Amino acid sequence: MPLLWWTCAAFGLFGLSLGADPVKKLEHACGKTALNLLMITLSVTPVRSLTGLPQLLRLRRMLGLFAFFYAVVHFTIYLVLDLELNFRLLGADIAKRPYITIGFTALVLLVPLALTSTNGMMRRLGARWQRLHRLIYPIAALAVWHFYWQVKRDVREPLLYLGILALLLGYRLLRWQRLPADAHPRAAAPGALTSRSGSATAPGRT
Amino acid sequence: MTPRPTPIAPSEITPPEVYFSRRTLLAAALASAASGCVRAAGGEPAGAPLAYERNARYSVSEKPNTYDEITTYNNFYEFGTDKESPSEYARMMRTRPWSVTVAGEAEVRGRFDLEDLLKGQPLEERIYRFRCVEAWSLVVPWVGFPLGKLLGRFKPTSRAKYVELTTLYAPQQMPGQRAAVLNWPYVEGLRIDEAMHPLTLVVVGLYGRTLPNQDGAPLRLIVPWKYGFKSIKSIVQIRFTEREPNTAWNVAAPHEYGFYANVNPAVDHPRWSQATERRLGSPFLAARRPTLPFNGYAAEVASLYQGMDLRRYF
Ligand code: HEM
Repeated sequence: MPLLWWTCAAFGLFGLSLGADPVKKLEHACGKTALNLLMITLSVTPVRSLTGLPQLLRLRRMLGLFAFFYAVVHFTIYLVLDLELNFRLLGADIAKRPYITIGFTALVLLVPLALTSTNGMMRRLGARWQRLHRLIYPIAALAVWHFYWQVKRDVREPLLYLGILALLLGYRLLRWQRLPADAHPRAAAPGALTSRSGSATAPGRT
Repeated sequence: MTPRPTPIAPSEITPPEVYFSRRTLLAAALASAASGCVRAAGGEPAGAPLAYERNARYSVSEKPNTYDEITTYNNFYEFGTDKESPSEYARMMRTRPWSVTVAGEAEVRGRFDLEDLLKGQPLEERIYRFRCVEAWSLVVPWVGFPLGKLLGRFKPTSRAKYVELTTLYAPQQMPGQRAAVLNWPYVEGLRIDEAMHPLTLVVVGLYGRTLPNQDGAPLRLIVPWKYGFKSIKSIVQIRFTEREPNTAWNVAAPHEYGFYANVNPAVDHPRWSQATERRLGSPFLAARRPTLPFNGYAAEVASLYQGMDLRRYF
């Protein structure tokens, strides 16, 4: 677990260290982990159909929730350790700094997804659950954009993420186009391939 | 935090003229301790000891950052864009022999060995604030001498309105230069009156010893009232010009990094605020502090910019 590693480093355990600016180090590490987890979450569906391992789907919710968890920790570090709870700065940053505005939007959009990730909510929302959870696509795009805009000059790494995101979303576009008209994601949930009953284990692709 | 032992690169082998025995090192350490010089708490300064005097007039009373903090958290894109990259890779740079080319609007031009440039130049220690454009800051005990004293020797002509400084270009030794992150070589510049200002330093040492490579060995600039990127490292050329030089960050993103780059809490970077900064090495939750106009050096330098719109000339 990355979090365990960072905790050790923060307290200088086992010779680990966070360097001269531990706050930025933790903030960046959590942001990066959140982004990585978002990408991994998005790759579950393609990997599942490419490998023919339907059981992978069960990992998806856990991965998504971990992504949310790290985004929350990332935000908390920013607010508490970086801004030192200066809410005036927070307000100014969210209003005036586009990369913060974008990151904040992504985080806010993740909240309803996390709240509706329970089996009960899945059942209750049925097909609407699918539509709601497609928010993960714009969220992932916002997260990459947020990363891109906060980099000072060296955009190679954000561009790499952009490439990965393009692959993951492009894969879906291709699949949707190839599906018969009645299975189009807007007309019917693509989850119909596995189950349309809204069963808890097969909430379709997101 | 203990620095890892590192293999000795040719650049690190002490040249005979600064070779010193363990005994003289000990004596130097005792002498400097006796004279009340700053000691680094975190990390032992490497490099050869320098003879210098503390300049109290130009030193701030804030507590200097540790040697480790100053030498493991650097922006020196020639060695990579991570803060840790310079301390990891800078040992690839050869700093001896080193020469500086002087060109442009000056009577004395040519190529000068580092030793000749430093000969007879008394060194001072000055504890300056250092403010990065990324909104973090340090307090650093530099050793050097006023740039004006060096420039005067080249007899700039009346057409010398600016000074342009250039960093070493050597992709073999500077792996970061193999990617076009900036327009290499790195170029910086000052108006001639800024360059001649007594606060503007040529720096050759840190914590009483020769500069480590990642901090810009063997000689660098320090302009304490400007954002850190103005303080160019590992200088190989000085050129006097009539026109404002095209400086590296200004060329890379002109709307984000101006030529002047004076520390100014009232003018934000387009993507982040400059009103406050985080002082590295502070306890948790006590690092953020207001940024001061001209980084706290307004009394000395504000007059240089009288009548200028600092929002326009940021
Ligand atoms: C889905 C939500 C988010 C994701 C995936 C995310 C991801 C990231 C990533 C990948 C980085 C760059 C890390 C690096 O350079 O190694 C970053 C930096 C940053 N993020 Fe986020 N972020 C999110 C939300 C937020 C929010 C809500 C805020 C604040 C309101 C925020 C504030 C920041 C800040 C301040 C930085 C560092 C900028 C600097 O170096 O000064 N992020 N984030």
